[in-house]
Amino acid sequence: MHDLYQLTIGPFVDFAFMRRALVACLALAVGAGPVGVFLVLRRMSLMGDAISHAVLPGVAVGYMISGLSLWAMSAGGVAAGLAVALLSGMTSRATGLKEDASLAGFYLTSLALGVLLVSARGSPVDLLHILFGSILGVDDNGLLFVVGVATLSTLVFAVMFRPLVVECFDPIFARSVGAGGGRVHAIFLGLVVLNLVAAYQALGTLMAVGLMMLPALAARFWSEDITNIVVVATGIAVASSIVGLLISFHVELASGPTIVLTAAAFYMASIVAGARSGLLARWLRRPHYHEPEEVKR
Amino acid sequence: MIVTYRRVPAVHHVSGVFEAGSLTALAGPNGAGKSTLLKAIMGLIPLSDGRIDRNGASTRQMAYLPQVPEIDRSFPISVTQTVSLGSWPRTGAFGAIRPSEHARAHDCIDKVGLCGYADAPIAALSVGQWQRALFARLMMQDAAVILLDEPFAALDERTTDELMQHVRAWHDEGRTVIAVLHDMAFIRRHFPQTLLLAREVVAWGATQDALSDENIARARAMTDRWARDEHTHAEHATA
Repeated sequence: MHDLYQLTIGPFVDFAFMRRALVACLALAVGAGPVGVFLVLRRMSLMGDAISHAVLPGVAVGYMISGLSLWAMSAGGVAAGLAVALLSGMTSRATGLKEDASLAGFYLTSLALGVLLVSARGSPVDLLHILFGSILGVDDNGLLFVVGVATLSTLVFAVMFRPLVVECFDPIFARSVGAGGGRVHAIFLGLVVLNLVAAYQALGTLMAVGLMMLPALAARFWSEDITNIVVVATGIAVASSIVGLLISFHVELASGPTIVLTAAAFYMASIVAGARSGLLARWLRRPHYHEPEEVKR
Repeated sequence: MIVTYRRVPAVHHVSGVFEAGSLTALAGPNGAGKSTLLKAIMGLIPLSDGRIDRNGASTRQMAYLPQVPEIDRSFPISVTQTVSLGSWPRTGAFGAIRPSEHARAHDCIDKVGLCGYADAPIAALSVGQWQRALFARLMMQDAAVILLDEPFAALDERTTDELMQHVRAWHDEGRTVIAVLHDMAFIRRHFPQTLLLAREVVAWGATQDALSDENIARARAMTDRWARDEHTHAEHATA
């Protein structure tokens, strides 16, 4: 019994940094889970990845202006992320270039600019910190920021759920009833960028996308109903955070990648055992052809 | 009125009135601008010139069924949820879907013959059943003007007949219905009014007069002419 306690609850009771990490991770999971689901449904699974790279020059500029200030770096990150998302959207609308193609063009530009800025002024250690974060070193400001973004994100999803679903499911219908077009899409992109920026300093830009996308991808194997998928994705993100943190504590592994790999384990398990379209479910439901009785006779 | 698509005027000099409560077929060769005209009426594409008078009605009071809806059929949503979206004009983006709307959605689902499929995911529907579900959503919208772009393409005879009965019912209820169609015999059988389009109006009026052999031949000749013109333009451009 005592062993189980030490394995699961003890680390959080004994160590303040583990409690902080837990709160930050849970907030990230609640904020990013639903965002990931909508990215998957919009066939923009790779967009989170692109945006997470695109925030770099903004973060770097924030760092150059005011050092390791969370607010300056976050504001820069949000600005750069939104700029890339909106520019690529406008370019594809104005020229007919596919959205993923124009996004690739802009985020690669942005990433190179970011690396250039960081290497011109900072040390490689800073770059590593930005790219890989450290959940175990989250300070008060960081915690407030992450929880604030999760709160905002949850509120926006609660209020705008129907327009978000309709704009994603049937954009022509959305426009025909006067609910579609740029506004809903822009608000959604804003949520994507905010959640990624909130996550970058806790998990690092690269790991943040993992906690956003992997639970969403896993959840798709479990349900045929969008509301359930959002709930399942958030649940998997929360579970990955707790389990990942504990594993990284006991085995002394880097926390960010361990959390994301835990989410990846949920994803793999869902591919095999997912109730809706996992491999096992498909195999069990494979069509059986029975010869009709009268033919046998 | 002129509507430009990719800098080529797709429809021009269309001038006329769809009478309130009329049932009009929109016919014409491929590329005649039929779909473009519907989208322009619906306000989905801007006009280069001219205007459309919707008689004070907003496009939100009109319902539109596109030819190939840009819908991902694997989207995790049920038939009832899809049909309930038709209550949008009354609930708006944020209003609750009340029990009366739910009852109405089920009523519409029954009417289009999808009784057993209310809770099914849309991915489970066949092409015909999917079109029935979209018709149920149109009914839910309860619009005074209904625009249909090739609503019966790729449907079997039975589905077409049953859905056509709903179109007739809408007409009997005094709604204005405009449908893009290709089958001339079908139009003659079911549609009192026809607009024959070949980028401009070839004929507009009672179906027998509009679809005279002479008019149809004229629409064909006009199509051949643009095909030639555009071909020459293309050659000039490459030369």
